[in-house]
Amino acid sequence: MPIRTVAVASSVGLHARPAALLAAAVNDSGLDVTVALPGGDPVDAGSILEVMTLGAEHGDTVTLSAEGEGADAVLDSLVELLSRDLDKE
Amino acid sequence: MTSTHQVLHGIGVSAGTASGPVAVVHPAPGVDADEPATTDAVAAGERVRAAMAAVSDSLTTKAATAAETAKPILEATAQLARDRGLAKAIDKLLGKGVGITRAVADAVADYAEMLKALGGYMAERATDLYDVRDRLICELRGVSAPGIPDLSTPTIIVARDLAPAETATLDPDLVIGILTAAGGPTSHTAILAAQLGIPAVVQVPGIDTLTDGEIVAFDGGVGEVILAPTQADVDLLAERSRRRSAALAGSSGEGATRDGHRVALLANIGTADDAAKAATFDLEGSGLFRTEFLFLDRDSAPTLEEQTATYTSVFESFGKRRVVVRTLDAGADKPLSFADLGAEENPALGVRGLRLSQAREDLLDTQLQALAAAYRATGADVRVMAPMVATVDEAEWFAAKVRGVGLPSVGIMIEIPAAALRSEHLLSVVDFASIGTNDLSQYTMAADRMQGGLASLLSPWQPALLQMVKAACEGGRATGKKIGVCGEAGGDALLALVLTGLGVSSLSMAPSKVNVVRAALRLHDLATCQQMAAYAVDARTAKDARAAVTAIVHPTLLDLL
Repeated sequence: MPIRTVAVASSVGLHARPAALLAAAVNDSGLDVTVALPGGDPVDAGSILEVMTLGAEHGDTVTLSAEGEGADAVLDSLVELLSRDLDKE
Repeated sequence: MTSTHQVLHGIGVSAGTASGPVAVVHPAPGVDADEPATTDAVAAGERVRAAMAAVSDSLTTKAATAAETAKPILEATAQLARDRGLAKAIDKLLGKGVGITRAVADAVADYAEMLKALGGYMAERATDLYDVRDRLICELRGVSAPGIPDLSTPTIIVARDLAPAETATLDPDLVIGILTAAGGPTSHTAILAAQLGIPAVVQVPGIDTLTDGEIVAFDGGVGEVILAPTQADVDLLAERSRRRSAALAGSSGEGATRDGHRVALLANIGTADDAAKAATFDLEGSGLFRTEFLFLDRDSAPTLEEQTATYTSVFESFGKRRVVVRTLDAGADKPLSFADLGAEENPALGVRGLRLSQAREDLLDTQLQALAAAYRATGADVRVMAPMVATVDEAEWFAAKVRGVGLPSVGIMIEIPAAALRSEHLLSVVDFASIGTNDLSQYTMAADRMQGGLASLLSPWQPALLQMVKAACEGGRATGKKIGVCGEAGGDALLALVLTGLGVSSLSMAPSKVNVVRAALRLHDLATCQQMAAYAVDARTAKDARAAVTAIVHPTLLDLL
């Protein structure tokens, strides 16, 4: 299963707006994508509530994984998304 | 029940007056107590998903035609309403046989608890989530959505509290006023009402027990609400409102007396969210940024990175305007689980404020490093001050630390009589001071702030307190250093004049009070403020002090009180 790791660039962590943008991007992709903190259980990256309650802070390294057609491309675009300071945009 | 003539007092949050019939927004219906246990979890899950889609679609439709300020709130609520995690959590409960509306309520409660535990922005999302729950349950129970009824005539909306999504969709042509029993002056409801220009009062006791069609008149400036008003009441409110608007007209820009003596008008803030809100007001920065919220209610100290991100966000909110940061003021009555120094007999006289920082130097060092990093990242006008300073040694210790990390300006709070009396010596080792009138009052009068029965001793008009302020200001004059006030007294239009007369050069207060204080200053010259200060300090009692000042105040100011 394709996997990527990325440090959360958003200055407030994966909170309201960054979480909403990530969930929306995952839903648009049509794939099942999970996100996890190191050593933590993976949660549904397409759920804004699951992503927010993960509590990932600025600088935390999170692991994204996805299955299905185009999973690599989708993960690359999500890594690019999380590498930006979404709160500033 | 029809009310008899009665006057209620709440907190005015959006100026203007209104009179007319009320429409009461009823609370959401809640969980169906008679609903059967779930036997077909798959079918129930499909019903829930259909309801979620319907609620989300109706919110998206509303967002499309809503005002710019309301759009993001509605869109975010719509996204929550179709959340996959929420749907799965509800499925799990349905699979255990939980009834369908109970499953919705419990799943929402779990997420809401987690969000509240995260605090700050996240905790506020819990309100939106409860709104989603109420709408979903209405949809599932086949009753009309909670919230504002469709109106055809000008109406005053009355509720226990309003969800942001509800306030956001109000039509200012038909909704002529808002009254709530709960809510606070910085709630979304209050802010949106002010943006929409709808007069509003929050925290009106018992207002939600009115029935539809009752007539009410109210003043959203002072928070007075009259049930079953007479025509004379209505006329009086309208006249008072007109006079206040006239007095406040042109209250904008920098604070100054009539003859141009500058007094900076600043906001007291406690969180990054407060900062973002306060920065939208016409004021000159923050005179008190309390940093405790980062430290309280958690198991470990906030990291350097977390603090840096928060401070950076606060500084960015204010741009080039000043931000006066108070370092951690905890201990004793505001205990930290990760810095427990044991129980104390007299917490207010114990290891708190700077004394805690001396006992736990590591906490202060990390905080100052974070402030310095945020200062370097933003180039903001940052000034850092210590709480609860009593001696020159303490002030020197703190100043060396602040200057050591490269922060440009260091000050102290004057809250202890020792600091007020010795301000000249303390100011000689720092750049500025800020008087915390609430604590200075508690320590001057030896009266516990938490004891409601001692309120009259704690009046900011006590001549002894004002004499302490005078002593502090004399030290400021002798050293040429600036002294501000960041206690509640600074937001009182009359006391603001007295403090200015005593020599205070900045006043920090709740942002909503800045307009009135600015207008009060503009009506008086410095000599009159000095006269008021002399009268107040020389008065025999707190009551006499206030009366002596009121006697020489500009008559227009009386309309603003």
